[in-house]
Amino acid sequence: MMTEVLRRTWAMTWKDVTVELRARERVTAMLFFAALVLFIFNFALGPDRDRLAEVAPGLLWLAFLFTGMLGLGRSFQAERENECFEELLLTPGDRESIYFGKLAGNVLFMCMAEAMILPLFGILYNLDIWRHIPALALIAFLGTVGFSTIGTLLAAMTAHLRAREVMLPLLLLPLTVPVVLGSVRATDAILGGGGLADVSHWVKLLVGFDVVFLVVCPLAFEFVLEE
Amino acid sequence: MGGAGAPLPAVSAPVVEVAGLTKVFGRTLALDGVDLSVARGEVVALLGPNGAGKTTLLKLLATALKPTAGGGTVLGEDLLNGRDAIRRRIGMISHNHHLYEELTAGENLHFAAVMHGLRASGARIQKALDEVGLGEQGNGKVRTFSTGMKRRLVIGKMLLFDPDLLFLDEPHNTLDQAAITLLNGYVAAVRARGGAAIVATHNLSRAYDMADRFILMHDGAVTYRTEKSGLLAERLRELYTRHAENGEDGLDASREPRAASHEARGASREASR
Repeated sequence: MMTEVLRRTWAMTWKDVTVELRARERVTAMLFFAALVLFIFNFALGPDRDRLAEVAPGLLWLAFLFTGMLGLGRSFQAERENECFEELLLTPGDRESIYFGKLAGNVLFMCMAEAMILPLFGILYNLDIWRHIPALALIAFLGTVGFSTIGTLLAAMTAHLRAREVMLPLLLLPLTVPVVLGSVRATDAILGGGGLADVSHWVKLLVGFDVVFLVVCPLAFEFVLEE
Repeated sequence: MGGAGAPLPAVSAPVVEVAGLTKVFGRTLALDGVDLSVARGEVVALLGPNGAGKTTLLKLLATALKPTAGGGTVLGEDLLNGRDAIRRRIGMISHNHHLYEELTAGENLHFAAVMHGLRASGARIQKALDEVGLGEQGNGKVRTFSTGMKRRLVIGKMLLFDPDLLFLDEPHNTLDQAAITLLNGYVAAVRARGGAAIVATHNLSRAYDMADRFILMHDGAVTYRTEKSGLLAERLRELYTRHAENGEDGLDASREPRAASHEARGASREASR
C-alpha cells in the first residue's frame, strides 16, 4: 500500500519535472519575473546601503513569493491541456499521492528559482549574503514548503476557474501571512548578522505551520478533487 | 484477457444498474432521474443533442462526478461507496485524449499505468504500442502526433488497463477511418470477453454500427429506449428527431421496459429540488 503511494507520488513528480524540462515554460517565466522585480527595486532604491539593508529581507521574499505564485498558477497547466485532470480523477487509489507529487514538483521549481535569485540578489544589492547562505537556505526552504503546501491545494481548487490568475493570489496570500511573516523576520535577523540560534523561535513557527499544512492540505485536496 | 480487478458479476447480473440518477449543477438540472441497466456483452449508445446530459451520465457512471440523487451499482460495486473498486475496472475514451503533450507515447502509457496502480513493464508497454500501430513511435513526443495517432495511443492505454466497462464520449470525433476501425475492433473485443461499453454520441450512423441498444436523451432526461434488433437506421434517425431533438417523451411506447419504477424517478426529482 505504502509502496503504491510512493510510486504514484514519484510518478507525479517525475511527470511534472519531465514536462517542465522539455517545455521550459514555468521556470523560465519564474526566473525572468524574479530578475525583473530585483532590477526594478534596485533602480528605484538607489545605492544607499543602509536603506537597502533595511528593505532587503522584504524585497527578497517579495521576489520569492511573486515567483512562487507564478509557478503555482502554472502547476496544473499540463492537467488543463487535453483535460488530463479528468483522467487523474478516474485513477483508483489515494488522492494524497497526486497532491504530494504535485507539491514536490512545486517545491523543487520554487527552490530552483530561489537558488538563482539569491546570488543575483547579493550581487545587485551589494549585500554580504554569502556567509549566511546555509541559514538563509534553511529559512527559504521552510518558507517555500509552507507557501507551496497551501499553494498546491489552492492551485488545484482554482485550476478550472476562468479568473484563476486573480483568485489564486487572493486566496493564497492571506492564508500564508504567518509563513511570510516568519520567513521575512528570520531573514531580516540573519542578514543583520544573527545566527540560527537567534531566529529559533521563527524557525519553530515555520516548522509548526509546515507540519499543520502538510497534514491538513492533503485531506482537503481529496475533498477538492472528489467534490 | 481478463479484467484487472475482481471477476465480473454473475452472467445474469447487469454491469450497470442505476435508478433515478440525478445531477444538479447550481440551479441547472443536468440529469433528471435517469434509470439505466446494461448487461454483460452489451454496447449501449446514449444519443442526444448537445446538452442532453449524455456526458454527465457517463461521468456519473465513471465516478468522475457524484450524483445529487439516485444511485445504483456499476460492475457490482455501489456507485457512491465503491468508487475506488469501480475505477480499477473502467476505461474512458473521450473526445479529449487525456495525454501529456510533452511526454513520449511510451512515457504517457507508463505514467497512466503507474497512476492506475499497475506494474507495466517496458515489454508490456511496447506490446500495447505495437497493437495500436505505434510501435515505432514509442519515443516520439505526443505533441508531434496527429489526432488519429493520439486516439490510437488512448486505445493503447485501454489495452494496459484492460477494463471490464468502457465509456466512450464522442469517440469518433476527428477520427480517420483506420482509427475508427481500430476503435470499433477494440470495443468488439471488450464485448467478446464479457465486458460492456456505453457510447455517448450524436453521430447516429457510427452509433448504429456499434451499439445493440439506443437510449435517446433530451434536456437531461431519457425520452426513448429501443433495441437495434430489427430497427433500420432510417427509423433510428426518425426516432432521434422526434425524441432526442424535439424532446417528445416516448418512454411508454418504448419497446424495452424501464429498469426502475416511476416512483424512483419521482423521488429523485423531489430530491433534486
